[in-house]
Amino acid sequence: MNPVLRKLARDVPAMIGLAIVLVVVLIAILGPWLAPYPGDATASHLLRRLKPPTMAFPFGTDNLGRDIYSRVILGARGALQVAMAVVGLAMAIGIPLGLLAGYRNGFFSELIMRVCDVVLAIPQLILALALAQMMGPSLQSAMLALSLTYWPFFTRIVYADARRLRESLFVDALHGIGAGTGRIVFLHILPNAISPIIVRATIGLGFTILTAAVLGFLGMGATPPAPDWGLTIAQSRLYLPDAWWYALYPGLAILLTVMGFNLLGDGLRDLVDPRLRRSR
Amino acid sequence: MIPILEVAGLKVSIRTDAGPARILDDVGLTLRKGRVLGVVGESGCGKSTLIRAILGILPRGGAVDAGTIQFEGENLLVFTEAEMVERIRGRRIGFIPQDPLLSLNPVFKVGTQMLEVMRRHAEGTRRDHVARLVSLLKRLRVPSPEAALERYPHQFSGGQRQRLLIAAALACQPGLVIADEPTTALDVTTQHEILLLLRELVDEFDLSLLFVTHDLGVVAELCDDITVIYAGQTVEAGPVAPVLRTPGHPYTRALIGCHPERATSFVGIPGSVPPATRMPPGCRFAPRCAEAETICGANLPAQAPGQDGVLVRCIHAP
Repeated sequence: MNPVLRKLARDVPAMIGLAIVLVVVLIAILGPWLAPYPGDATASHLLRRLKPPTMAFPFGTDNLGRDIYSRVILGARGALQVAMAVVGLAMAIGIPLGLLAGYRNGFFSELIMRVCDVVLAIPQLILALALAQMMGPSLQSAMLALSLTYWPFFTRIVYADARRLRESLFVDALHGIGAGTGRIVFLHILPNAISPIIVRATIGLGFTILTAAVLGFLGMGATPPAPDWGLTIAQSRLYLPDAWWYALYPGLAILLTVMGFNLLGDGLRDLVDPRLRRSR
Repeated sequence: MIPILEVAGLKVSIRTDAGPARILDDVGLTLRKGRVLGVVGESGCGKSTLIRAILGILPRGGAVDAGTIQFEGENLLVFTEAEMVERIRGRRIGFIPQDPLLSLNPVFKVGTQMLEVMRRHAEGTRRDHVARLVSLLKRLRVPSPEAALERYPHQFSGGQRQRLLIAAALACQPGLVIADEPTTALDVTTQHEILLLLRELVDEFDLSLLFVTHDLGVVAELCDDITVIYAGQTVEAGPVAPVLRTPGHPYTRALIGCHPERATSFVGIPGSVPPATRMPPGCRFAPRCAEAETICGANLPAQAPGQDGVLVRCIHAP
């Protein structure tokens, strides 16, 4: 086996993280077949509302009598979709900007990096809330708001590598044989930054699931009746503390998923750069 | 015989915040076919700028103000960028860099990177290219050449990596190779091996080699001719033997005096190379010269031919 993979395999927390992530991904893919009541994504059964956990409904039922176990399972797909879309868009914005800012000098580079600084200076959640509010509450605007506040993380990473390699001889040589800027930055500099990008993206997936849940909780993300975890917790507030199961299980789902991504991301980071042991 | 490379009266300036800086101010050199020319000078005297000017890759803000660069009878300065890419760099002029690790991209296999250049510049198919690379690496005594192409730059030692870079420079069979202090980063034994190898390659492949260094010992070991540069000017040029035996310029003498093996008594050169924006009037070496007189600070001497075909820029030259 590849020595790098072997090292990762010996990292117990990272392996636990990987296991959790794999389970969540499987649940997301197979959700409709795994859930005992797949119809409960939208249906309502008022006769059996707010039942505590039993054999038939292992996580209990909500205020509309829907099976929370099914809804937690069905929520995984949405959570991952949102996270991947947000991180994907953030990468699509952040990476080219970082490459350009790092490779070129001058006003435009400075502008990009100062915008980054400004965005990074404000807590992501607060900025995202403001943006989502401005664009009108919907899942799309929540996702857009999260992307627009997450791209600077990628820009900074890529910027550092582009800066470092800009003066290197192989870049000079590429220039000399007539390679254009696009070719140099995307084909020759970007591959050097791939590992920190993967690490950041992994941690970003977990982090985005959390912030997306917060936005959902505050009514700025998913809209009912979607089986969104954050939204479910928001709806449960009226029935706490009596219907404790209503908030507990979606909360646990968020906790475990985010933890899984973070553990995996930290493990990957230790492989790439063992000096940095800090999660974000 | 026409020289393969002849630089004459080259003046290069680079725009800085403090105005244009004349980095090269009347540099000349002549490299005859099949010979090795050592270009010697301290750090900051314009060696790298000279190389970049020849290859047409001056940094942004740099421009050639005057002079000619004749390569195989053509003036490189009139070539467009596209022509330089298409016809000169990598194809007819090879370049051996110093080995900081980043001469090769760390994330691609060595073979991939060398073949990319050959795909653009060398005749034949990919298979021919691989065969040529393998035979070159074998000639350069890189162990198991086929496997070496499949490895990444960091998996080689400094000396091996330098051999790879030499192979890359020779890959497209150029007539002229420019080497920029290729042995500075290596330990002495490896350095010696590489120099021997370069000498063999020059004779074997009918190359002409422009070898830039600050080490006179290397020049004595490898080169046929020497050009000494100080503060952007050629101060002495000629065949290695007479120049090192009876140096005509005080700077050359001072450089030799700095070389522990050659000096009878070890002396440094006081001060450092003046910055290009504040050049002294008259002889540029005068402020640091042990033999300077009042007149040296007044007017700049031209290069005058001395004995044995040596050119010297000093009013005291015989």
